[in-house]
Amino acid sequence: MNINDKLATLKYNKSNESHLSADNDICMRCHDKPCTYICPAQVYSWDEEKCILHIRYENCLECGACKVACPKKNIIWKYPEPEYGVKFKNG
Amino acid sequence: MENNRAEVIIVGAGPAGVSAATVLARAGKKVLLIDRADKAGDKNMFGGCIYAKQTAEIFPQFWQSAPVERSVTEQKIVMLTDYDSTQYSYRYSSKGSYKAFTVIRSKWDNWCVKEAQKAGAYFAPKTLVKELLIENGKVVGVKTQFENYYADIVIIADGVNSLLAKQIGLRKEFNDEDLTINVKEVIKLHPERLQDRFQLDENQGCAVRILGGPLKDIFAMGFLYTNKDTVSIGLGVSLDELKKKKIPIYEMLEELKSHPSIAPYIKDGEVIEYSAHMIPEGSFNNIPKVYDNRVMVIGDAAGFVNNIHLEGTNLAMLSGRLAAETAIFAIEKGDFSASTLSLYYQKLKNSIIIKDLRTHNNTVKFMKKHIKTLTGLLPEIACDFFEVLSSADEIPKRAKYRRLVSKILRSGLILKMIPFAFFAMEKCIKR
Ligand SMILES: Cc1cc2nc3c(=O)[nH]c(=O)nc-3n(C[C@H](O)[C@H](O)[C@H](O)COP(=O)(O)OP(=O)(O)OC[C@H]3O[C@@H](n4cnc5c(N)ncnc54)[C@H](O)[C@@H]3O)c2cc1C
Ligand code: SF4
Ligand code: SF4
Repeated sequence: MNINDKLATLKYNKSNESHLSADNDICMRCHDKPCTYICPAQVYSWDEEKCILHIRYENCLECGACKVACPKKNIIWKYPEPEYGVKFKNG
Repeated sequence: MENNRAEVIIVGAGPAGVSAATVLARAGKKVLLIDRADKAGDKNMFGGCIYAKQTAEIFPQFWQSAPVERSVTEQKIVMLTDYDSTQYSYRYSSKGSYKAFTVIRSKWDNWCVKEAQKAGAYFAPKTLVKELLIENGKVVGVKTQFENYYADIVIIADGVNSLLAKQIGLRKEFNDEDLTINVKEVIKLHPERLQDRFQLDENQGCAVRILGGPLKDIFAMGFLYTNKDTVSIGLGVSLDELKKKKIPIYEMLEELKSHPSIAPYIKDGEVIEYSAHMIPEGSFNNIPKVYDNRVMVIGDAAGFVNNIHLEGTNLAMLSGRLAAETAIFAIEKGDFSASTLSLYYQKLKNSIIIKDLRTHNNTVKFMKKHIKTLTGLLPEIACDFFEVLSSADEIPKRAKYRRLVSKILRSGLILKMIPFAFFAMEKCIKR
């Protein structure tokens, strides 16, 4: 079962606004980019060609690991507005 | 709520917050409990099981009416090698005295909040506290997406990420090595099939810890719990080690699920939910300042977790009760200063919270240091032992014994166990 199938089991109320953001200039200088492999929902991915960090915030599980693991403390991390984000029915 | 004023505001309706709210409401105090979820529990996940004795201190006889899944009657440790395993099980009869119950947080947390409401607490769901309101350097209330609410005391119960305790500098962000990231899948199985597979009676359940195999050589542990008609399976790994290993945690979970000794437990089950959450390491040195003028911090927000014994909800509930008792004392005295609220810390010190966190202050560090012995060598030698015991072939037994003993000697297992003996001894005598 890959990560997309796992995420497909979840109920989300998707907001149009991201609750996560990062300064891309800082990401360009980030060596390992741990957010891309620490996140349990694969929210972050690095686009090699365009040199952009994609943030699929709508898949976020609201765990907080990325904000701790980012070596440059570059992630502005908030909870989604109430009624938005993930809902665990069997947590 | 009149003029948006309460005597106590509690932010977060997890086990810590509901416990504090219930105790305060029962004492007749005006208390507002706030959570960002639509329905209490909808943002939460854990393993897991709640502990009967400590939960019953807040909700006596809760098992008669609460949505519990199964009474835990078996604790098991599974030690995996790459392909094999040894399994150690402790089974006990649950007659009369329950030890623990598996629960599903969205159901359980919601039930607890209803109990707090019955006791007289106000509950505001779908309400995100954006920040604490500060006047003259003191916390006077909370700012939400709608309105501001005011109180004499604010109890911070917002969990491991505690943005609020960080806002007022009571706590720093935890470091990578102070946290584990955990994922879990809930897998649907017909109750009878589940009971057959795990050799359980109706209502009986088991709690399993899994070491080694795909989780060997790093500070990681798998877990499995049986619910009514689902199995919760997952794993936790410390952030610093995951960062080094560079393998996404969901891939580790797949490896764990497909291990030949684990796969049969969940075979043909349907994965109905995936989830993730962090756990603070819970060591004495990491305890932040848990009180100040007009404010206290409880539960995961304060790092009250015993990772060795998988205790979190119980410490959350206990800290909630101790903070509530302190708040009642302060309200009756009409004094909400830090010096009055320091009673909370005194109570924590006299409780198992600080005592146990002190006992285990260095345990995670110790385990990390010896992780290869614990999750690699030990499971392997255990399997080798059973392999000798169980293999009938043309090789003479003495040759097999010699091979095993020589492997044990070469591996240095005996030497490597010495620190464990000293460590265990230290835990018994040091105060
Ligand atoms: C994988 C895993 C397995 C576990 N297994 C066990 C186990 O078997 N047994 C056990 O006893 N413990 C277990 N634990 C630990 C246990 O879950 C926690 O210790 C416990 O939930 C802590 O309770 P809490 O009330 O402090 O925090 P939480 O349960 O995290 O509750 C915090 C609440 O605050 C709310 N909130 C946060 N910020 C805001 C805000 N700004 N505004 C409004 N609301 C907010 C959240 O929505 C949430 O409801 C496990 C944990 C994990 C992750
Ligand atoms: S870890 Fe932080 S700095 Fe590095 S790529 Fe990710 S967000 Fe950017
Ligand atoms: S909070 Fe957790 S799930 Fe969300 S982006 Fe960060 S690491 Fe991923």
